[in-house]
Amino acid sequence: MTELYEPTFESSTLPVRGRADARAFVNEHIVAYADIWDRAGAIPEDLLAKISAAGMWAPFLPADLGGSDMDMVTLGEVHEEVGRGCSSVRSLLTVHTMLSWAMHRFGTDAQRQRWCPDLAAGRVLGAFCLSEPGAGSDTSGIATEAVPIADGWILNGGKKWITNGQRADLFMVFARGPASTIALLVPSDAPGVTVTPIDDILGTRASMLAEVSFTDVELRSDALLGPSGFASGMVLTATLDLGRYSVAAGSVGIIQGCLDACADYADKRTVGGVPLRELPLIQAKISDMVTDVRAARMLVAEAGRLKDRGDAATIMATWIAKYFASTAAARHANEAVQVHGANGCGSHYPVARFYRDAKVMEIIEGSTEIQRMTIAAEAQRKWER
Amino acid sequence: MSDTTSQILGFIKNRFPQAEISETDDLFSVGYINSLFAMELVMYVEKTFAVTIPIDELLIDNFRTAKAMTELIGRLRSAVAVG
Repeated sequence: MTELYEPTFESSTLPVRGRADARAFVNEHIVAYADIWDRAGAIPEDLLAKISAAGMWAPFLPADLGGSDMDMVTLGEVHEEVGRGCSSVRSLLTVHTMLSWAMHRFGTDAQRQRWCPDLAAGRVLGAFCLSEPGAGSDTSGIATEAVPIADGWILNGGKKWITNGQRADLFMVFARGPASTIALLVPSDAPGVTVTPIDDILGTRASMLAEVSFTDVELRSDALLGPSGFASGMVLTATLDLGRYSVAAGSVGIIQGCLDACADYADKRTVGGVPLRELPLIQAKISDMVTDVRAARMLVAEAGRLKDRGDAATIMATWIAKYFASTAAARHANEAVQVHGANGCGSHYPVARFYRDAKVMEIIEGSTEIQRMTIAAEAQRKWER
Repeated sequence: MSDTTSQILGFIKNRFPQAEISETDDLFSVGYINSLFAMELVMYVEKTFAVTIPIDELLIDNFRTAKAMTELIGRLRSAVAVG
């Protein structure tokens, strides 16, 4: 798939340590190619290698495990910049981040030493396997089952809508265990694992979605990630929280992408000799984008600061950030197409892709409806005091 | 009641204002614990008392009561002091 990537000049892949580095990386390696990858339905290996060289897969891991100790605020900024360029690439970062973070937070020392350096370097790419044909946000509906045996587990079942399922080397699979939902580490080449690509989807078309089935997959006892008791649900909750944070940041990137595209288009396009930028209705749309992108960015940063402090309030802050950013992204992507008129419906401008990708943001890592229920429940709880 | 226990009960009370909980009440039996609150509780304990709860201490009995959590915090602090 390397033919999809055609850099215009020999580029550097300096380590990405913050927003400025990420912006330069995205502008150089992603922006001009995102629509090509979107149509091809895949991210080329060459780009994955460049992300590895830039140290962007899991920079939040400590240095002794291959990371660069990046804080969560900065990680959000990096994911925003990547989301500005291509939501499919950002999706790959999101699921890899979820697995890598869970490995570090809930893994044993042996698991961390075995996997984290490879995850940080991109030698092993991860995917998060929760959704099933009959269960999305409703984890009580998980049918995939892990049966304990003498020295491990037997896994049977199937997962759907798995981001990077086509390319990932290691799956974090949630399954019904003897007493609760548990997380298992499953190499993609384990006997009994079958990966079936999902093509022709609405948005994030290059995120290499797949269905993954497990047929009598034998796993050793050290495949279990995290506790198997009451706290096993925490692995899922905490990992989804980080995924939600990444999606919120990526949604901010979509809004910024819409704003950049619209400002540029409105500057160049004229109607009856008048530049679009001078039309009040166009100005209204752009002013709303400017306002919402700042608001969404601040909500994401707040959630990130709380994560960096280890403050439990980050969970609700992340719900709110994701709800605001994803719905604003969908709203402004809609308006961005409108600003571009018929050109917005074609393939020469990125806004059609933003429009399709933004819709996906309202569904993944907790749908808008689930978010509103959760946020309202929190408000109700406080009101009852 | 120790300060640690009081703080933990205060956190639970803040989350569930209607709750009447003593230091020995079983939080699981009264239905306050779900995976979301479990995560909040672990984060609260780690941040407030400056401890890291290892995986092998993430056991239901360590979080069943405010008293059990206080004892867990005491053990973790002792381990750090000894280590």
